[in-house]
Amino acid sequence: MNEKPSSKAAPAGARDIRTTRNEVAVDIDTVNKWYGQFHVLRDVSLKIMRGERIVICGPSGSGKSTLIRCINRIENWQQGRIIVDGTELTDNLKAIDEVRREVGMVFQHFNLFPHLTVLQNCTLAPIWVRHSPKRDAEALARHYLERVRIPEQADKYPGQLSGGQQQRVAIARALCMEPKIMLFDEPTSALDPEMVKEVLDTMVSLANDGMTMLVVSHEMGFARQVASRMVLMDAGQIVEVSEPASFFSAPQHERTKLFLSQILR
Amino acid sequence: MTGPKAFVRQELISALPPPLMASGVVLWLRQRLFSGVFNSVLTVVSVALLAALLWPTVRFLLIDAVWSGSSREACVGQAGPVGACWPFITAKLTQFAYGIYPETEQWRVDLTYLIGVVLLVPLLVPRIPYKIANAFLFFAAYPVLAYLLLVGGYENIGLPHVETRLWGGLLVTLVISFMGIIGSLPLGILLALGRRSDLPIVRMLSVIFIEFWRGVPLITVLFFATYMLPFFLPESWKIDPLARVLIGVTLFAGAYMAEVVRGGLAAIPRGQFEGSTALGLGYWRTMIFVILPQALKHVIPGIVNSFIALFKDTTLVLIVSIFDLLGQLRAGFADQNWITPATLFTGFAFAGIIYFAISFAMSRYALYTEQRLAVPR
Repeated sequence: MNEKPSSKAAPAGARDIRTTRNEVAVDIDTVNKWYGQFHVLRDVSLKIMRGERIVICGPSGSGKSTLIRCINRIENWQQGRIIVDGTELTDNLKAIDEVRREVGMVFQHFNLFPHLTVLQNCTLAPIWVRHSPKRDAEALARHYLERVRIPEQADKYPGQLSGGQQQRVAIARALCMEPKIMLFDEPTSALDPEMVKEVLDTMVSLANDGMTMLVVSHEMGFARQVASRMVLMDAGQIVEVSEPASFFSAPQHERTKLFLSQILR
Repeated sequence: MTGPKAFVRQELISALPPPLMASGVVLWLRQRLFSGVFNSVLTVVSVALLAALLWPTVRFLLIDAVWSGSSREACVGQAGPVGACWPFITAKLTQFAYGIYPETEQWRVDLTYLIGVVLLVPLLVPRIPYKIANAFLFFAAYPVLAYLLLVGGYENIGLPHVETRLWGGLLVTLVISFMGIIGSLPLGILLALGRRSDLPIVRMLSVIFIEFWRGVPLITVLFFATYMLPFFLPESWKIDPLARVLIGVTLFAGAYMAEVVRGGLAAIPRGQFEGSTALGLGYWRTMIFVILPQALKHVIPGIVNSFIALFKDTTLVLIVSIFDLLGQLRAGFADQNWITPATLFTGFAFAGIIYFAISFAMSRYALYTEQRLAVPR
């Protein structure tokens, strides 16, 4: 696997690896963010290599969702830099659009468009952002709906599907833009327990195909199975980054030990 | 003795049809109208009240009414109670429809109506295809065509100029309502988006615009547009009086529409914006494809409410000497030839029926659209 030294200390020298730029999918460099007076992200640095699957966990309010929402600039930040696939996210709208085309996102509450059918949900962005002909966009959509194993629901409305099906549509919708990087913001937290597995299976198969993935999740079974590296966040900072084997069996930081003891009872 | 055993279901109960619902007229009556002493009394009193109101109306409008004649003589001096004087309406029908639009040119108004109907009907029936082309023809091309036809100014092709001060009656009512309606909705949408914009200057200008137009009465707007504006504008800027009123009404209605649409926008969850943004759809595409279709659907009742209010508010143009349907009617009351005890009531009943028919049609069509657009869930 892509083994990388932990960027816990964010060494200054780590930044000038320009030769391997193409290998770095996302470079988060000492990002700081405040909501008003509240310091949500504190000196967060993380380098994600192409093909890596990062699972971010941590207690609620630790800034994990905020962090991955910064990667496609749904959230803004005040200090630091984020470079996605070689493009730095600045106030330049062109750069932001470029990054958003390459980065797919799956939300906790699906955020499907309820007034459009499943197929229309999947073809909207390819048609209007990628300018694909409608026929191609629909063929692509059907391909990805097949991939998430719900091709027969294409003409239904999101409101007619179960939570698990809706989340799989959301994954297909993101895949239809053929992104290089996928962000998952607690994709199973809003699902009934019986539906968690179908979504996780879809994500595992995506991981097996080599997709670069950033997943905020507390599904530790999933994390053990697919994660290249685990990240634990607490109080807006990265507390520990390590491979899943050592993360689960020999956590280094006290906070990690406490967190694991609470969720792995 | 063995303790209470755990329960394990041996076989699953299959789904059964629901029990037969008791039905029938008698049951419906009993449940809805006579479900107790108090409700029974209410029902009887209401029916009696309705009958007491309805019967004299029917008598006046239909039974005691005079249907033919050529002057007031037909409607006065007859024995029995006073009924509606319909010959008055028949005699004045041309004026009610066209005002004093020259008689030889009235075919132009009829043709305009005809084209309007031909374009509108397929737009209203969902099954008929080519909606986008149709909508473009109706909302963009038709107003231009109607302008050319009604105003004219091309002697050589048989369309002499007809000044708008000659227009009147239903023609003026429909022109003002139609332009007000198709102008105020896009204006309202833009203002609502502006008011929710992140750009401070756009937001401020939208707020000022909306609050200004909502803060002044329509009568003031009409007065200002008609009598004051010419003083402020240079001599060469002569804007047609009807056009000034049209613009005033549109801006006024647009401000109200903006607040209706804003209510719809506020009801859309933030996740919809985020989902669309994450897909790379920019601001306008997000609004056009994701947010507005949902927001406008939520506020169809409010939008139609504004349309109906606008339609009826057009009667206010009388105070700036533009004779819409109601204005033309009042002009008819002044005619010495038709002074009868029933003229006034007949005229207002006639106008009331027309206004009601159009408003009610709008309301029902909106309800139909609302049900048609309801997404299955």
